[in-house]
Amino acid sequence: MQPFPFSAIVGQDEMKQAMILTAIDASIGGVLVFGDRGTGKSTAVRALAALLPPIKAVKGCPINSTKAKDVPDWAGLVSKRATDMPTPVVDLPLGATEDRVTGALDIEKALTKGEKAFQPGLLARANRGYLYIDEVNLLEDHIVDLLLDVAQSGENVVEREGLSIRHPARFVLVGSGNPEEGELRPQLLDRFGLSVEVTSPKEVDTRVEVIKRRDAFENDNAAFMLRWQAEDAAIRDRILKARKSLTKLKTPEKTLSDVAELCLALGSDGLRGELTLLKAARAYAAWRDDTALTRAHVRAIAPMALRHRLRRDPLDEAGSGTRVARTVEEVLG
Amino acid sequence: MRQAAAHAWPARWKKFLASQSWTHATLALQLLLLDPGLGGFCIRARSGPVRDRLMAMISSDAKRLHPAISDEALFGGLDLSATLAGGHLVQEKGLLETPGTLVLAMAERATTALAARLAVALDKDRKHTLIALDEGAEADECLNPKLAERLAFHVDLSECRLQDTNKQPPSAENTRPLADIMLPENLTEQITRIANELGIDSMRAPLFTIRAARAHAALNGRGSVTAADIEVACALTLAHRATRVPEPQTDEEPPAPPPEQAENGRSGENLDLPDELLLDAVRALLPDNLLDQLTVQKARAGRGNGTGAARKGNRRGRPLPSRAGRISDGARIDIIGTLRAATPWQTIRRNATGRDGLQIRPTDIRIKRFEEKSDRLLIFTVDASGSAALPRLAEAKGAVELLLAQAYARRDHVALVAFRGTEAELLLPPTRSLVQTKRRLAELPGGGGTPLAAGMMTAFEQASQATRRGLTPTIAILTDGRANIALDGRADRKQAAVDAQQIARVLRAHGTDAIVIDTGNRPEPALRNLAQTLDATYLPLPRADAERLSKSVATALGD
Repeated sequence: MQPFPFSAIVGQDEMKQAMILTAIDASIGGVLVFGDRGTGKSTAVRALAALLPPIKAVKGCPINSTKAKDVPDWAGLVSKRATDMPTPVVDLPLGATEDRVTGALDIEKALTKGEKAFQPGLLARANRGYLYIDEVNLLEDHIVDLLLDVAQSGENVVEREGLSIRHPARFVLVGSGNPEEGELRPQLLDRFGLSVEVTSPKEVDTRVEVIKRRDAFENDNAAFMLRWQAEDAAIRDRILKARKSLTKLKTPEKTLSDVAELCLALGSDGLRGELTLLKAARAYAAWRDDTALTRAHVRAIAPMALRHRLRRDPLDEAGSGTRVARTVEEVLG
Repeated sequence: MRQAAAHAWPARWKKFLASQSWTHATLALQLLLLDPGLGGFCIRARSGPVRDRLMAMISSDAKRLHPAISDEALFGGLDLSATLAGGHLVQEKGLLETPGTLVLAMAERATTALAARLAVALDKDRKHTLIALDEGAEADECLNPKLAERLAFHVDLSECRLQDTNKQPPSAENTRPLADIMLPENLTEQITRIANELGIDSMRAPLFTIRAARAHAALNGRGSVTAADIEVACALTLAHRATRVPEPQTDEEPPAPPPEQAENGRSGENLDLPDELLLDAVRALLPDNLLDQLTVQKARAGRGNGTGAARKGNRRGRPLPSRAGRISDGARIDIIGTLRAATPWQTIRRNATGRDGLQIRPTDIRIKRFEEKSDRLLIFTVDASGSAALPRLAEAKGAVELLLAQAYARRDHVALVAFRGTEAELLLPPTRSLVQTKRRLAELPGGGGTPLAAGMMTAFEQASQATRRGLTPTIAILTDGRANIALDGRADRKQAAVDAQQIARVLRAHGTDAIVIDTGNRPEPALRNLAQTLDATYLPLPRADAERLSKSVATALGD
């Protein structure tokens, strides 16, 4: 069954905005969606897959290479023609073993032909696409370590069972989870570019609309999809347009110092905060079809780019989102 | 909001509810069969004839899961026996690969990790239905909320007697296809309103109600959803999710048992069903101790409910002799051991199969084993204020020393935080050295206010540091009185209590184990409250000596 259309998701504007921004500029890094049960976290991520524009890649290449010369030797491809393919969105299930994530010795070939061949894993498939981890906070520690390393270097190195293979693994990490069930390690938290918190809608009207659409999706699927696919296509076109205009976008010095000042005032760790905030604000400006980056863009994006980078204050029950908003008010006025 | 426990149900009504639960259980099964999109069904009952009778109605090809099921069994993997025998790769099919009914036995012991895996499977393609058999004995032992959320129905059969189960479910002969069922115009609005009224946040609940109403109409061969369908659907899908008891408009005696058979003849067009009627249908099923249950569940939120805590090792472990075993997640093959086991058989196997080369059978596989133990850290948080009279402080010191003396064998570390005056002090950083402890404890002075919050805060910092180093921390709070110094050092009794509660919540959220020892002459209700917030054991130990104190702590920690 096709996933629920992205545009048909009621409300949750921040989450939708964050996902669109990563689609415009993949270098922002991933999105982390934290929220209560039944707020449509997984729905949105799965909907994103259908929304993304196709990429050009060599047909059958295990790492989705753009050019024929980038196809690794171990893939053993004969024809190296490039075709359009949907942006890969790879699910990393909680139970995945290390072998499946990084790739390992191809057991079938080893047993039948006695050959030492490499069987690529999920990281290979996710190259140039998205890697989605549902319940990311419940992921086993050793898989987290592995992901941290690959997400940092953009390269997957396999040194095991006599294999020595490295291949590019650049992907946008998308995670969702319920913070009540476990915390995320700060190191992994930092790898996510943007972070959003979702809650269930509080107004009855909004809730009714959610239920109506979901019900129509389940019971009148064909008509419903027809109605919303057009909207999805409009968003896709806008993403493509924003990608183009991103290159022409002007970034004034003044805004740069705004960004730096804001991060200083918040005391966020490292420089990753500044960089992500800048990139995300630029993507946001491009999405809005503006020609130059302004303070307004920075202000709109600051909460989602910075809220997970603050030092945890166990006594602050309001959550770090409020702290960011407060500081934005103070610094940018 | 009304205290649900305020009125006791008459015995007659209770009996009726028990027999009603059987009707609901069978009905829920029928609806599930009709529409697998309802996700599943949680049955809370101990194993016994009542549950057996219900299980007999579930189709026999249902697959059984257990809480300790491996990922390999769920998702499939390499079939080692077939692969080695045939010389080519054979994949084993996982239980989740083919859609069908899954029965999860002892569901209350399912870990969050397993719940998450099943939840993803249920979400992905609404083809699985999960029947969770919750055998929890206590209120806080229940199905993981992540899973409960995805199951439409929940029926408590613990009060149901065998004679109640003689009632046959209504026949499902003239069932209509689900797609033909018409929904009344304002149904969505009304159900959303009702869910709101009952304090149900999740959006899945109202969706389940609509689905259930539709399935119930189909089951009864009706072309459109009627008032009776909605009433049943509300009762079945909303009652167990309620977090609030809505005030009825007329509040007097509990309602009399309604007629046993829902009136099927009610006209379908008239759907000016008052909300109050639906709320009543739900309210009738709410347990009379709903609010108590909610506090318990809240206290356990985010924990593995009935499951035991997994310990993270801080050592890779001492290697143990390898043993025969299956290759599964994380298991490492002991190659030398495997070869040694296979060698004696080679000639025989070559003769038998006619194949050359090394022949290894699954029975030869040897798995490496490691012994891994997690060190435990006991953080004593001791009240050294004026209210904790000096002799009691001395006993506390004695208890710490005694525990530490035994601790070496158990690999326990001990830390000591003392709070008095306006602040807390880490007197003894985590250590296993008895000598160091003795010296530091001797210096422990007494007197001043009771900054309980500050003490807990320091203990919390120590606990989170310890967790990061792979230790399992437990905080033991020894005090005899109320907090009277706030975190910022002001002598403000009220603020002090608020601060203490707040830190208790943080501690609970981090899953740190705790134990509260009340050394006062009279048990202090504020401390009991604190223990509840911490989800900790509360031990009133007036006039405790060091011996008893250390023994109680050891018992409470489950040694």
